[in-house]
Order: sequence, then structure tokens, then C-alpha cells
Amino acid sequence: MTLLEAVLRAVAALAAFLVLPLLVGQAEHKVMAHMQGRLGPMYAGGFHGWAQLVADGVKFLQKEDITPRAADRWVFRLAPAVALVPYLVALATVPVHPGVAAVDVPGSLVLVLAATSVGALGTLMAGWSSANKYSLIGGLRAAAQLVSYELPIVLALASIALAGGSLSLVVLADRWTPLWLLWQLPGAVVFLVAAVAELQRPPFDMPVADAELVMGAWTEYTGLRFAFFLLSEYAGIVVMSLLFSVLWLGGWHGPLPDALGWLWTLLKGFAVALVVIWVRVAWPRLREDQLQRLAWLWLVPLALLQLLLTGAGVVLGW
Amino acid sequence: MVSEKDTRGRGGLPGVLKGLATTARTALRPTHTAEYPDVAPELPPRSRGVIALLEENCTSCMLCARECPDWCIYIDSHKETIPASTPGGRERQRNVLDRFAIDFSLCMYCGICIEVCPFDALFWSPQFEYAEVDIRDLLHEKDRLGEWMRTVPPPPALDEKAAEPAEVAAANRPARGTGLVAGGGAARPPRTVRPRVVREELE
Repeated sequence: MTLLEAVLRAVAALAAFLVLPLLVGQAEHKVMAHMQGRLGPMYAGGFHGWAQLVADGVKFLQKEDITPRAADRWVFRLAPAVALVPYLVALATVPVHPGVAAVDVPGSLVLVLAATSVGALGTLMAGWSSANKYSLIGGLRAAAQLVSYELPIVLALASIALAGGSLSLVVLADRWTPLWLLWQLPGAVVFLVAAVAELQRPPFDMPVADAELVMGAWTEYTGLRFAFFLLSEYAGIVVMSLLFSVLWLGGWHGPLPDALGWLWTLLKGFAVALVVIWVRVAWPRLREDQLQRLAWLWLVPLALLQLLLTGAGVVLGW
Repeated sequence: MVSEKDTRGRGGLPGVLKGLATTARTALRPTHTAEYPDVAPELPPRSRGVIALLEENCTSCMLCARECPDWCIYIDSHKETIPASTPGGRERQRNVLDRFAIDFSLCMYCGICIEVCPFDALFWSPQFEYAEVDIRDLLHEKDRLGEWMRTVPPPPALDEKAAEPAEVAAANRPARGTGLVAGGGAARPPRTVRPRVVREELE
């Protein structure tokens, strides 16, 4: 790989990282509005408020950057970066086209898993360092949620890795067959539910729970640092949706010619992101105990069952 | 109350799917949003937007100012002498309105002034776009109050078997002194001027 190619790949990954979350965010604005009988943003940018998130970004840029006096200064200021950067790393490893990923490493599945877990660590840092009781409770809830929902995600991904016989996302996506839609269905459901929980999105937004915790771990943040947390949430949706579309929905496999594989992947990923938004609008927040119950009594056993099924399938040579 | 079993919160999976279906159905229907600054709202004619003044009907009787619960109506007037209309007749006096102002920063839109006015000089108008940057600019004088008369909607139609409106009854009554002579003389003009009902779009 030449230096030029490396730079091009990095720029492409960064561009996707900056554009795709905004697309998802704008889609959330509009879809949520229409699901609630509203119009959503209509003015920014002229046509149906397409520039609303750009305007929001400009607004956040102008705000004062406040660090509370009692806060743990370095941890507090570092937390948004810890939340944001891992999703950039994860996004760079997700393939969008046959054999094309910004960074193609042999164990990309493990890398993505590790990166998304570190992302949730940012919330924990923010909650711990803010010197605010709401932030602290939010951070601890986030930690509890992370512990519970990391396991189903790992088990669901392990089932896919077993079925495809690889740890590389590119290889796994290449070995995907339509049969997987049925065979890996329980794992798919487990992953989708656990991914929404990992991102702390409604109905699993107990760590943020704005009715009781102000804004959870993000309570003390202002301006650009707060915007980074929001961006990391939407970048997380993009990463999880693309991951789901590549591993469970077959990524670029589709009726279109191979040259348009990347379009297929992105379309499938966008559809998954719409489901994540839809779920947010339709369902109320789970209580903390319900949240833990769902993870340990339903998702983990279901994921183990899926692993058993996959193992049997691989041994019997389906 | 033991007749019905409380099934709230026991929806389980059907309830979850129902939630998805409801939001999806709403998303496919037209929205309810009225884009206000671009599209004027359709307000019912009896909306309490602002109080308009028909200056010609005001006799400076001060009833409205005195009944106002928060004293936000200011009236100044003076008396003028009208020379006798017939030689040897008596001179008459009448009130001339100098100032009529309503402080809308105090007004609580109770409508008592409108109810109490015996000469139909005050009217409700649905017009509501008179916000100001400074609260002191909400004290509006009679010119501005008079301008709002254009936005007063016509009174609603009477019920089918309702009694004749007072003005019409007065106009149709035979003039005083003509007795029951058929065709009875010139009709008396109504005592008060009716509001000019120019139905215009709210600006």
C-alpha cells in the first residue's frame, strides 16, 4: 500500500464518518416527526430543512466550553474523544464493497467488537469525572448496561464467525448465503436488540433517562464536546447498522450488478438504521431491572441457543 | 370496580408490535402541522385576539374603564356645547373622546369591557399578531384600536326563530308621534352605528 493510497483510504473513512451520521440524524428528525404527526425541520437550508444538523453544528460551535470546577479536568475533557474515535476505527474496518474496506485487517471482527466497547467507556469516563450525581448515576447505569449487553453481542458475532469460518468481515460477508437469513435469525434478533442497548438508544436509554437524570453522563457537557457525544451516538448507529447489514443481510449480495455492491450495503445499512429510529419512536423506556432481565434471561440464552444451532450446522456441513 | 380486568402493561409482544404499527400508520398519514408564519391559522370568529374600538359609538361613559379588573383602560374626554338646532332651543352638551387606550401588557382578555359597553363600541377581534419587543409598547391608543375594527368578523347568523335584532326592530318601529297611521312616516335611524363588517384576511 503506497502512502497516497493510505491517505486516500483515511480520507474516505473520515468523510464517511462525518457524512453518514448526519444522514442518519436527519433521517431521525424527519422520520420521528412524521411518526408523531409532525413535519420536523422545514426551514434550514430551504428544502425540507435538509441543513438542520449543519445549523445545529454551527450552534454548538458557538457555545461556551465549560469544565466544572470540581470536575476531574483531564478525564472530563478527554471523554468525548474516547467516545467518538473508536467508532471511527470501527467504521474504517467495515467493508462496503466486495473486498473493499478502508482498513482490511485479518481479525476485523474482533477489532470492531473491541472498538465499540471502548466507545461506551467514554460515557463511563464522562459520568465519573463530572462531579455531578446525575452524571455519576448515568455513568454507572451505562457501565451496568455495557456489561450485560456486551455478552449477547459477542455470542451473536461468534455464531456468525463460526458459520463463516473466519474472523474477517470481508471474508464473512463473501461467504454469506441467503440461507443465513433463516439459520442465523435468532442471532440477528439478539444482535439488533443488544446493539440498540449498547448505543444507549431508546428504549434502552436508562443511562440518559432525561426525565430522571437530566442528560445522564452528558449533563455537565456544553458546546462542541456535547456535540461530539451526540455525533458518537449517531456514528454508533451507522457502525452497528452497517455491521448488521454486512453480516446478517449479506452486504453487497443482491440483484444489482456487482459494481453497485457498495450501494446495496449502504441501502441495507440505512434500512437497519431506520428500524433503530422506528423502535425509538414506538416504544417507551425500559426500567433498569427490566433492562437487565431482558439481557440475562432472554438475549444470553437465545444467543447460546444460536451458537449451538450454528455449531451443529457447521459440524453437519449445512 | 371489579367488573373489568386491568390489562394495562400486560401487552407483551402484541403490545410491542402494536406500538410499531401505530407509529408506522401515523408516518404514512398527512401531518397535522400548520406552518404558521407561512400559512395563516384558521381561528374561530369568537377568538379573543385583541379588543377593537369603534370610536363613533363611544360616549366616554367610562363604564368599561371602571369595570376593568386590572384597570388597563385609559379614557380622557371633554364636554362640548352644541348650539341649539332650532332658534330659541336649548343648547346641548356632549362628550368628546380625547384618548382611549388599552394597555395589553395588563389586559387579561376577560372581555368584561366588551360585555359592559352599552353602546357597542368595543369588539373582540381574532387578530393576535401584535407582539412587541418592549412591554411598554403594548399600550395602544385609539387609532390602533380603531384599525383593528377591520379584522372584526361579522356577527354570527341568528337562529331561525330568534327575535329581531334590536337595531332592526328600532328601525322598523313607527316614528314617535305618528301613532298607528299606515305607512308610518320616516323610519328612525338606529341609535348606534353598526360595525363596518369588511371581512378581510387577517394580516
